[in-house]
Amino acid sequence: MGLVLLVVIWLITFISTYFFLAKTWWLPVGASAAAAGIDHHFTTSYIIMGTVFVAAQLVLGFFAWQYRERNATTPQALYSHGSNRLEITWTILTTVLFLGLNFMSSSIWASERFRPAVSDALQVEVTGMQFQWYFRYAGPDGKFGATKPQLEDPSGGGESALGVDPADPASKDDIVSAVMYVPVNREIDVILRAEDVIHSFFIPAMRFKQDAVPGLAIHMHFTPIATGDYEVTCSQLCGLGHYKMHGILRVVSQQDFDKWLASKEAEKQ
Amino acid sequence: MATSDFAAHAVHAHAGPTSWIRKYVFSLDHKVIGIQYFFLALTAVFVGMFLSLLMRIHLIWPAANLPLFGEIKPETYLTLLTMHGTIMVFFVLTTAPQGGFGNYFLPIQIGAPDMAFPVLNALSFWVTALAFVVMVSAFFVVGGAPLHGWTGYPPLSALQGAGPGEGLGADLWVISIALFCLGALMSALNFITTTLDMRAKGMTLMRMPLTCWAWFITAILGLLAFGVLLSAGILLLLDRNAGTSFFVPLVTINGQLTGHKGGSPLLWQHLFWFFGHPEVYIAILPAMGLCSQLLSVFSRKPIFGYKAMVYAMLSIGFLGFMVWGHHMFMSGMSPYTAFAFSIMTMAIGVPSAIKTFNWLGTIWRGHIRFTSPMLFALGFVSLFVSGGISGPFLAQPTLDIQLHDTYFVVGHFHLIMGVASIFGIFAATYYWFPKMFGRMMSEGMARWHFFITLIGTYAIFMPMHYLGMAGHLRRYSQLTELSYLKDLVPLQQFMTYAAFVTIAGQFIFLFNLFWSMKFGKKASDNPWEATTLEWTTSTPPPHDNFAGHIPVVNNGPYEYSVPGAPRDFVMQTDPPLVKKDTGH
Repeated sequence: MGLVLLVVIWLITFISTYFFLAKTWWLPVGASAAAAGIDHHFTTSYIIMGTVFVAAQLVLGFFAWQYRERNATTPQALYSHGSNRLEITWTILTTVLFLGLNFMSSSIWASERFRPAVSDALQVEVTGMQFQWYFRYAGPDGKFGATKPQLEDPSGGGESALGVDPADPASKDDIVSAVMYVPVNREIDVILRAEDVIHSFFIPAMRFKQDAVPGLAIHMHFTPIATGDYEVTCSQLCGLGHYKMHGILRVVSQQDFDKWLASKEAEKQ
Repeated sequence: MATSDFAAHAVHAHAGPTSWIRKYVFSLDHKVIGIQYFFLALTAVFVGMFLSLLMRIHLIWPAANLPLFGEIKPETYLTLLTMHGTIMVFFVLTTAPQGGFGNYFLPIQIGAPDMAFPVLNALSFWVTALAFVVMVSAFFVVGGAPLHGWTGYPPLSALQGAGPGEGLGADLWVISIALFCLGALMSALNFITTTLDMRAKGMTLMRMPLTCWAWFITAILGLLAFGVLLSAGILLLLDRNAGTSFFVPLVTINGQLTGHKGGSPLLWQHLFWFFGHPEVYIAILPAMGLCSQLLSVFSRKPIFGYKAMVYAMLSIGFLGFMVWGHHMFMSGMSPYTAFAFSIMTMAIGVPSAIKTFNWLGTIWRGHIRFTSPMLFALGFVSLFVSGGISGPFLAQPTLDIQLHDTYFVVGHFHLIMGVASIFGIFAATYYWFPKMFGRMMSEGMARWHFFITLIGTYAIFMPMHYLGMAGHLRRYSQLTELSYLKDLVPLQQFMTYAAFVTIAGQFIFLFNLFWSMKFGKKASDNPWEATTLEWTTSTPPPHDNFAGHIPVVNNGPYEYSVPGAPRDFVMQTDPPLVKKDTGH
């Protein structure tokens, strides 16, 4: 029985580890400035924790087989209540390991989240509602028009879905889009809002995730570094259509972005 | 404190009730109440498992027309996951290890005739049973059961119009949880008092089996955690029905104002996770205590580092209350607090690792007997390592950005809180069944059950980590909308097939359980040659546990293979040992 257990535990360990090493299913290719650092820390964590995982499972399987009860003539089990020296050793080792790992990654978190967006960042207001993301740009005046919940009308789409107040002069040049257009290599200051329930704005390729909470306007930033279309999802359970609440992030050159914004402004006038 | 209270013994040392109703239904005997809790959890686990089967079927055959159910709609899928999670967490993982085995064996293992408050004990059980009935009834009301997930985040869970099932079904869900909290609070008081006041002579705290330590610490966690959830539940009920706005700010549903304003959705998350994280330890601490015990019994070796195990459990319990914010890294909470919660969470990995080292130390140079409880205890250690190792990934906000709300999280908590804890429950069942029902369970069936469950659960939950790395979000009822999910469908199919096999394996257990009650081999008083007090009394134990005889404890709980002793185990009630420890 000890041998069977050893084989089963070792096989489970090897098969599980193989797919992590082979990266058969893995992170999508990163396309933001923060991605490289995050991905690097993933690798570091996998090497450290993976070693612990494999070692612990191999030892467990080996002990189960090695110390099986063979027959009555073999000597008795060791009579030992433990060893304080060992307890202290592995307490210190694991403390250093876990806290060290934590400090290694905390600088990445701090560099992204402990500072506001840079002053020339592009502001995009992202609003979640059952089951759609809307993206609003302030336009040439650089100011978002006021929104009023009593004006919200999802059936109207766009500005009426967001309840943008037409009486506010700042709203005249606001652009609302169902696709999130952004220029490449420029920091994007995302302002997250939600109208009804909590949603979460997740762009896997950007390594970007942040909840959108009703009643709050949450600022969070990222810098796309490669042009292309990226899938935008909702990662917080928001109701029956949660699975289909998704959109497109389209990263283009600064010129193309300016052209797009100008054409939207022209459409609106 | 350490000596037994003779007055309490006198109160309990009477003949048991003779009427069927008082003996088996409204019994005050902790052993009967323990068995009642066990069967409640057994019913709940099969309900919860059945719901997960429907979910797995829907994920890979979304258009399947099931007999009796018809087609499972996307919103029904969310209902299934909500009820699966709630039933499993509350009525299985919290109910069986503590309410079931804790109730039955805590008094016997410390040498008491019953729990401190037998009436309160019965009341705890019946309130919990009522909570289960209320929970299941949510399926049968207009609109059906809620779809807001077991975490019930408002505003989704607070607004009737937020989705199907958010009407009466959601009210019943909240009421059931509130009732459950009441039952758990009463039970926690009982466990704490019993442990502190009812120990037999010589049963010092440091001579208690680690199972008793685990139940004791779990009860303290329950006392501190369930009160908070109860309050949060009442506030949510008021938001839903009395027009208050504790958790709901000014929101519209489909363009309609809801009449709420000024509430904080994050307040619920703080209250919920202040309960929710300790709840993880409420589920797994009893399994830790029991598996420590079993590794010692069946390696015929003293536990490695008894004191370190006790301190590790105490620090897990203590730190468990300081880590709730790691569920909220992406919630909009201040990024500075994420820093603090992250460090505390990594710190809780230390006592967890200490326990793992001590488990390996216990079997090292032992004489392992591969009985069914031992197999499950060894399986528990393997699962605890596998489920625990992904914790430090999620504990780091930097990595949680990508992993939060993905299948990686689902894989993590299922392995550690779900499957590892359930391995503890299985181990407890195989180990104590002979004492509870007077017969042995079939070892042959148990081995099949063990290997199918071990391999099967790894096959279901390990691939979830790969899915999570690839960005597969949880709680998605259709895999058709996001283009990158299509590549992951084969993995989902594999997991569903694994679920079929694993679930089929559970019927071996169910059959073994009932078959052995009637046809199992008769059990002796101490079939496992173990040392703790439950093995000193008859099988099954008499109404007052020790037939009027009050045990006196002379030894620690794990005296195996003592050099020079006549047998390879020394009972706790045997004459005192002169300690000769070869290990220091």
